[in-house]
Amino acid sequence: MDFISILSIFVMACFVGYYVVWSVTPALHTPLMSVTNAISSVIIVGALIAAAAGSTAGGEAAKWLGLVGIALASVNIFGGFAVTERMLAMYKKKERK
Amino acid sequence: MHEAAPIPAWVALAYLASGVLFILALRGLSSPESSRAGNRFGMLGMLIAVVTTLVTHEVASLVEILAAIAIGGGIGFITARRIAMTAMPQLVAAFHSLVGLAAVLVAAAAYLNPGAFGITDAAGILLPVSRVEMGLGVAIGAITFSGSVIAFLKLNGNMSGAPIMLPARHVINLGTLAAIVGLVAYFYFVPAPRVDTPWLFWTVTGLAFLIGFLLIIPIGGADMPVVVSMLNSYSGWAAAAMGFTLGNTAMIITGALVGSSGAILSYIMCRAMNRSFISVIAGGFGAASGGDAAAAATDRPWKRGSAEDAAFLMKQAEKVIIVPGYGMAVAQAQHVLREMADMLKEEGVQVKFAIHPVAGRMPGHMNVLLAEANVPYDEVFELEDINSEFGQADIAFVIGANDVTNPAAKTDKSSPIYGMPILDVANAKTVLFVKRSMGGVGYAGVDNDVFYMDNTMMLLSDAKKMCEDIVKSLD
Repeated sequence: MDFISILSIFVMACFVGYYVVWSVTPALHTPLMSVTNAISSVIIVGALIAAAAGSTAGGEAAKWLGLVGIALASVNIFGGFAVTERMLAMYKKKERK
Repeated sequence: MHEAAPIPAWVALAYLASGVLFILALRGLSSPESSRAGNRFGMLGMLIAVVTTLVTHEVASLVEILAAIAIGGGIGFITARRIAMTAMPQLVAAFHSLVGLAAVLVAAAAYLNPGAFGITDAAGILLPVSRVEMGLGVAIGAITFSGSVIAFLKLNGNMSGAPIMLPARHVINLGTLAAIVGLVAYFYFVPAPRVDTPWLFWTVTGLAFLIGFLLIIPIGGADMPVVVSMLNSYSGWAAAAMGFTLGNTAMIITGALVGSSGAILSYIMCRAMNRSFISVIAGGFGAASGGDAAAAATDRPWKRGSAEDAAFLMKQAEKVIIVPGYGMAVAQAQHVLREMADMLKEEGVQVKFAIHPVAGRMPGHMNVLLAEANVPYDEVFELEDINSEFGQADIAFVIGANDVTNPAAKTDKSSPIYGMPILDVANAKTVLFVKRSMGGVGYAGVDNDVFYMDNTMMLLSDAKKMCEDIVKSLD
C-alpha cells in the first residue's frame, strides 16, 4: 500500500477512536485502559514476521528480537484480555427483589 | 524476500476485519451490559491478526514461536488471574511498559533484517520513509517503556511517589527531545544508514529510553492518573508507527484507537484537576507547598466522632452519599464499606456512591473497586450526576478522599487546586470524614475547611478499621 492510503486509514481511525472513546462510560475507564493495552499488542504481528523469517540473510539477531517481542506481547494479550474479562464480570446491576 | 509479492486481497481484508473488531471492542464499553461481548470481539480480532500473519509467511521457526506465545501467554494469564484489584494501576503500567519494549524490539528487528519486512529498495537499502516510521516507532516505544517502568515503581511503592526534581530538567528534556527529532530527520537523508551511520538507530533508541525516564521522575504520585493515561496513548502511537512500517491496517487502526483513547483519558483527568496537560508533564506538583498549610492546620477547632456516633447518625438518616478516594483503596476498605452500605439499606436508608474523576490512581479506579465489592453499578454516580444531591443528603460519608471535597477549589484563588471541580460534600446536613489523622494533608498539600465546619465530624482511624467498627455498632 502506498503511504497516502495508509495515512488516510490512520487519520480516519483517529476520528473513529475519538468518537468511540467519548461514548465509553466513565465507570468503565479502567477496563478501557486494560483492553486498549491488550489490543495495542497487535504489534505482535511485527514480531511474528521477524521471527518467522528465521536465520536467513543476517536475520539471526532479528529472529531472537522477534521471539522476545512475541513473548512480551503475549503477556499483554493474554493478561490484558483476561484481566478485562475479570473486571467486567464484576459489574452487576442491582438485583430486583 | 517473499514479502516483495503484492499482498493478496483476502489478507488485507483479514487485517481490516481485525481492525474493525477492535473498534467494536471499545464500542462495547459504552455500557456494562455490552462490554463483555466487546471484549470477545477484541480477542477474536487478535486471533485473526496472529493467524493471518502466520499463514501468509513462510515460518522457519514455528516451534520457537509457539513456545514464546505459550511462555508469555502463561505469565500474562496467571498474573491477570491472581492480581488484586487494588493493584490494577501498577498492572496497567507494567503492561504498558511491555507494549513499549515490544515495539522497540520489532523496530530493531526490522532495522536488522529489513528484507523480511519488505521495506528495502532494489539495492537492499532501507527505504527512507520506513526509516522515519521506524525511528519514530522505536523512540515512542522506548519512551513508553522507560516511562511506564518509573510509573510502575512509583505506583507499586518501590519508589517514592514524591516528585524528583533535577536542576535544569526542562533544558535537559527539551534538548534530548530535539536531539531525537534531529537524528530521525538525519536518518532519512543518509544514503545507506546501516553502513554510513551504524550508531544512529541505537543512539535514538538510547536517548528515547533516557527521556522516558527523565519525563516521569518529576511527576508526583497524585498526577499518576494523567501519566498512566498518557503512557497508554504513547503505546498506541508506537503501534501505529510500526503499522506504517509494515503497511498493516490492523496495527494502524489499533494504534489510532489506543492513541486517541489515552489522549482523551488524559484530557478528562486534566480537566478534572483544572490543570493543563503541560503543567502536569512539567511535573513537581505538590512538592513545595505542603509546609505552611500543615502548620496552620493544628490550632483550629474540630470535632471528633466515634464509630458509634457515626452508626447512630447514619441509621437515623434518610439519605447517605458515600465519597470514596484513594485512602479506601490503600486500606482495602471496599468490601466492609459495601457491608456497611447494605446494613444501612436494610434500615431503609437510601445509599449512593459519588465518584470524582481523579479519585484513585487511574481513571475509573474507584468504580472497579466498588464493583469488586459487589456494589451495583447503578448506585454509583459520577460527579456531574450527583453533585446537586448533596443539598438533600443527611450525611456525606467521605472515606479516603480529601482534595476532591475541598471548597478552597471554589473560593481561594491562591490555592493550588483552585478551579478544580469538587464534590460539594459541605452542603450535606452532616459530613462524616474518615481520615487517618489530622496531621496529614492531601496530595496537593492544602488544608481542607470541611474538617473544621460545625456540621463535620472527623472519624480518625484507618478506613477499613472504622468501617468495621461502624458495622459492629449497626448490628
